[in-house]
Amino acid sequence: MNDKIEFPAAEVAANRSRTIKIIGVGGAGVSLLNTLDADEFAGASRVAINTDAASLAASTATVKIHLETKLLRGLGTGGDPERGKAIAEEQFSTLKNACADADVVLILAGLGGGAGSGISPVLAGAARETGALVLAFVTLPFLCEGNRRQQQAGQSLDQLKTIADGVICLPSQKAFKLIDENTSVLDTFRLTGGLLVEGVRGVWRLLTRPGLIQIHFDDLCALVRHRHSESSFAFVEAAGAGRSREIVEKLLAHPLLDEGRALAESDAVLVSLMGGTDLTMAEVNRVMEQFTRHCEHAQIIMGAAVDAAMKNRLSVTVIASRRGSVAAPAGHLTSAVDAAAPADARGHSSPVAINLNQREQLITRHASRSRKGPRKPVQEQLPLAIVSKGRFDKSEPTVHKGEDLDIPTFVRRGVALN
Amino acid sequence: MSDEANIIVGLEIGTSKICAVVGEQNGDGTLNLVGLGQSPARGMRKGEIVDVAQAEECVRNAIVEAEQMADVEIRSVYLGVTGAHIRGFNNRGVHPVVSADREISEDDVQDVVKNAKAINLPAENTVIHAVRQHFLVDGHDGIANPVGMFGARLEVDMHVVHGNTNRLQNSVRLVKGLQLEVEEIVFNGLASSLALLTSDQKELGALVIDIGGGTTDYVVYYDGVIKHTGVLAVGGDHVSNDLGHGLKVPLSRAEKLKVEHGSAVVDEAVKGQAVTILNDLGLPLRTVNLEHLQRIMALRLEEIFQIVSADLEQAGFTDYLGAGVFLCGGGARVPNIARLAEPVLQLPVSLGQTNSISGLKSALDQPEFVTAIGLAKFGSLKTRKRKKSAWWPHLPLPWK
Repeated sequence: MNDKIEFPAAEVAANRSRTIKIIGVGGAGVSLLNTLDADEFAGASRVAINTDAASLAASTATVKIHLETKLLRGLGTGGDPERGKAIAEEQFSTLKNACADADVVLILAGLGGGAGSGISPVLAGAARETGALVLAFVTLPFLCEGNRRQQQAGQSLDQLKTIADGVICLPSQKAFKLIDENTSVLDTFRLTGGLLVEGVRGVWRLLTRPGLIQIHFDDLCALVRHRHSESSFAFVEAAGAGRSREIVEKLLAHPLLDEGRALAESDAVLVSLMGGTDLTMAEVNRVMEQFTRHCEHAQIIMGAAVDAAMKNRLSVTVIASRRGSVAAPAGHLTSAVDAAAPADARGHSSPVAINLNQREQLITRHASRSRKGPRKPVQEQLPLAIVSKGRFDKSEPTVHKGEDLDIPTFVRRGVALN
Repeated sequence: MSDEANIIVGLEIGTSKICAVVGEQNGDGTLNLVGLGQSPARGMRKGEIVDVAQAEECVRNAIVEAEQMADVEIRSVYLGVTGAHIRGFNNRGVHPVVSADREISEDDVQDVVKNAKAINLPAENTVIHAVRQHFLVDGHDGIANPVGMFGARLEVDMHVVHGNTNRLQNSVRLVKGLQLEVEEIVFNGLASSLALLTSDQKELGALVIDIGGGTTDYVVYYDGVIKHTGVLAVGGDHVSNDLGHGLKVPLSRAEKLKVEHGSAVVDEAVKGQAVTILNDLGLPLRTVNLEHLQRIMALRLEEIFQIVSADLEQAGFTDYLGAGVFLCGGGARVPNIARLAEPVLQLPVSLGQTNSISGLKSALDQPEFVTAIGLAKFGSLKTRKRKKSAWWPHLPLPWK
């Protein structure tokens, strides 16, 4: 897909300060919003949206939107995303107003419940209609929270991926690797929330802080816009003499990046370095060298900034977008089909084979849905053919520097056998 | 019938085959190979057991075959182990010399070795080998035997090989289930290097790469002592699996194609050539492009060497391998493998030859048997030490 997409709003916006709205949706989203430091995120307007009045009352957000109808009888969504969705669609114009005039809308939500899972996709749709860039930061439930919530979260995530420009997703289960046996429930939730907030902070810094090597708003747009994919992100920090090496090591062992696998699989990576005044070019170079090595196929956007408070420390925020998810909304249907074609030609696990019949089906489906009015059509994801590991399917994978060595070398290196 | 007290058996439970080697210790300490038993392995993946019942049967077959050939009853074995969980690292132990005259005594040496062995391992891991490299006295490097020297501070460098206890116990339990004693467990890579390297080569610096069915084990010697060990859980099985995937043939067929037409370097002569696969009835099933076959193999084998090379570079040993690289294991049979490995490792590469062992000429030349032979050799060195220790307790031997 073409990365240099025409985006007039951003070009104009590059000259003035950008309006950023951070919207917390649902119980988890609102409480995450509360944890954002008001001073640090001074320029942003913070909006809380929920069906539950009590959670809104406790919120520190500047704007609070209580979605309430007779349908819910004041009981909230009761964990049912369909109800959340229905009420959000009913109040579509309210949501749209809330997103008005924003250049970037950051949605915070915990998926799995009723409000977060139901409202977020609709909100993302509303925000996109106002022309804003939509990034969603979501958590997925722990496995122990049960099947139903997992399923609901999965469905909602799929919807978000097709509607929002970018989804940064934190499966809480992966955070298990970061905690030890004795961590309390409270601390665990604080930790997963904290990780997500780090992601928000990373993006926030990108957008607001002047950098030595600046990442422009356009870069971010180009990276996420119309990509509709799930991104992984990680934030690591190191101090001392060997910090640049330590940072790379930590990143490659980071559970949220699947021990570096996410980097190898990504096709677009945004790296933001932040150090004290003692940050040297050699360090930046060393870190970036490693990145280029590990994400060979990726387009890398890097930025570096200096913060006097970061004395002797170096922190790196990485956002990696995975390739493969090329499902686009209806307006970009043709481009989705085009994108599928080159993947086929490379003989590379041929992810989607759309024949003429299916293509017609897709178009007619699209046409019949668009008649229904404002509701955005959702294109279903076609299954990916995953490279089988043959006899090593069930054995412990051999992972070396983020690569699964059980997958044939010629597949990983993309060597074509004609 | 041989005198059973002098019988030493090496047993390697490999991913593709199980091999038992029976050696007879002569009066002068040399080892004579008198029996060999092997059996294709089942129930193994990446050097570890995944199906105990199947693996047990295969081990029994190999042992029975070796017993028949050597005409002995096998009571105990030196058991080879490998697997991705095995790691090696160097550790230094420190001990202050406290005696009034500052002369280093036997007790000091024992203490410093004890300190070096007291390492911080994860609770579920055990030490397989702790190999003494050399001593340092007041910071002076390279001392082989410090007893009788003067100094305030005695240090020792050791190479420690350790692995996950439970996973190591799996194969031990299997062997014990066959009413056999396990004398000792030995890391396969160490056994292979014992069988292949002469003391000159160990002194000059040498790398032994054992490309087995499920794992690639490698060991670095320098200055006469073991310096570095590693296991990569990638081996010949992966090559076959890649071929099966790339050529779209079943695994058994891929294995056969690998043996019959494989090459580590894409042969100019095969470009554009194809072989026809026949089905059970002898009718042509489909054709396979030989160039593709060899390219898939070349990529996988090259990657193995690249990973080993990167690991050595990180450990800083690439410049110390004066004697070069020695290959063994089934993977060493792949035609042109040395030609592939040389540019990657940037060292002279040759196929290893077992030495200092006599008997069964046919077995000694096979790269697959190197590990098992090395296990028997390890056993013979152990027993020789035990016998000699009565009159000379501090014989510097390569593994301690």
